[in-house]
Amino acid sequence: MTDGWFAGVESGDEAAAAERIRTGRADGPEAWPQQAVDAGFASDEDDYYDQLHAATMTATRAAVAERETADDKQLVHAIRAMADCERTANELAERVAEWAGSRYGESGSGVDFARDVVEREPVDEGDVALQSLAERTVAVADEADDLRTYIEQTAPAVAPNLSALAGPVLAARLVSLAGGLESLAKQPSGTVQVLGAEDALFAHLRGGAPSPKHGIIFTHEYVSGTRPEERGSAARALAGKLSIAARVDHYSGDLRPDLEAELDERIERIRTRGGDGE
Amino acid sequence: MSLPDGVSRHDFDGTTSIATRGHPEYGERTDGEWRRWDPHRSKLGAMLELGMETGLTADQTTLYLGAAAGTTVSHVADFGGPTYAVEFAPRPTRDLLDVAERRSNLFPLLKDARKPETYAHVVEPVDVLVQDVATRGQGRVATLNRQFLADDGYLLAAIKARSEDVTADPEDVFDEVLADIDAAYDVVATERLTPYHDDHLGVVARPER
Ligand SMILES: C[S@@+](CC[C@H](N)C(=O)[O-])C[C@H]1O[C@@H](n2cnc3c(N)ncnc32)[C@H](O)[C@@H]1O
Repeated sequence: MTDGWFAGVESGDEAAAAERIRTGRADGPEAWPQQAVDAGFASDEDDYYDQLHAATMTATRAAVAERETADDKQLVHAIRAMADCERTANELAERVAEWAGSRYGESGSGVDFARDVVEREPVDEGDVALQSLAERTVAVADEADDLRTYIEQTAPAVAPNLSALAGPVLAARLVSLAGGLESLAKQPSGTVQVLGAEDALFAHLRGGAPSPKHGIIFTHEYVSGTRPEERGSAARALAGKLSIAARVDHYSGDLRPDLEAELDERIERIRTRGGDGE
Repeated sequence: MSLPDGVSRHDFDGTTSIATRGHPEYGERTDGEWRRWDPHRSKLGAMLELGMETGLTADQTTLYLGAAAGTTVSHVADFGGPTYAVEFAPRPTRDLLDVAERRSNLFPLLKDARKPETYAHVVEPVDVLVQDVATRGQGRVATLNRQFLADDGYLLAAIKARSEDVTADPEDVFDEVLADIDAAYDVVATERLTPYHDDHLGVVARPER
């Protein structure tokens, strides 16, 4: 009996061999090539190394893909958690503002106002209760900020080109809306353009409503900062480059700075072309 | 200095450098079938360029720890025998796969060099153990992987001071790492890799008998 990676594997069964490479264990190295020949797994040493090469390539390719998807799933959790924290903090801040208005007769709004409330001298039990709620509101808002920092650090490792073009947070949102980097890479660019505008899209498909020109990518300065008449073109150009970036990130992982330069140039042209007609 | 067969000094447009024959991988200069083994990009290349006695010869079996995108290990596989390349970060390993695709004697493994039991079922006993892991605990990685090295083999390690402690004096860090290595090896030579790599120590060691 041997612990070698070829143990229990049919000669030529690359998938089974790759699985053994990934999950096998041994206490120490042994003369595996000799053992494999003796066991009849390989006809000779050359055949052994050919099979080893095929098996390690398959195993490592699969292991890399699995580890990287694991990383993009982490990013999806983080961006969804960040959105939850932001929404919750805003809701709680509204509650704090309403309550504070009833006690102090003045009202502010938002998380900044909740921060204000935390700073006051409590006078009675009611103040204590309100401030406790305000503290938790602020803590949830701070958690959203921490998650944003985490996303800014990790998105460029998971999707370097997409993050360079979209910024890490929008990149993470797109990955999240598509359900992962692989599914984002498989979407046509027209779909990427309207990701996050599903409601408007269904209204359009049901008839009546105009088709949406952009989804979440509206938050990108290249769309929101472009004149309304040209926004559709800007959104199309941006979505086109973003889907190429997602594909490069998923399939090769190379860094392609030329994508950013091409996008800058396209947007520049879109923004100036209508301009001289006005 | 003695270079292994398959590694040779070659002139690239006025720059004389060590070189191997094989497919170019990282934008290095080429001349016909020769490609430059750039000592600025490779710590093992720097050790050879600095004339350290490495014991390298053609066709040896090698275990390479910390292969990254395959810059150095591509040269090792060009003149060496069966070459096992261990790397634990997925992104550089993608590039390593391209390098290995073109070399039938290069076997890529996405594994952690601190867990030899996860690749001992694949790696046979080797003549050379190359280590360039740039992580904390470099001495321990060397001793953990001693089991792969034949008794007459060589450990060729590049120790990065800043990976252990960014604030400490590199000399002190090197002493500590060498003390760890000493537990399982006899250190035969050490040399700073300047001017090619700052704060790196090249180490040649033999298994302790
Ligand atoms: C300085 S780079 C190696 C460069 C490479 N040797 C070359 O010259 O082409 C160090 C590599 O060690 C890897 N590494 C660090 N700790 C490791 C571990 N425990 N197991 C495997 N690889 C590790 C890092 O991911 C990184 O790619």
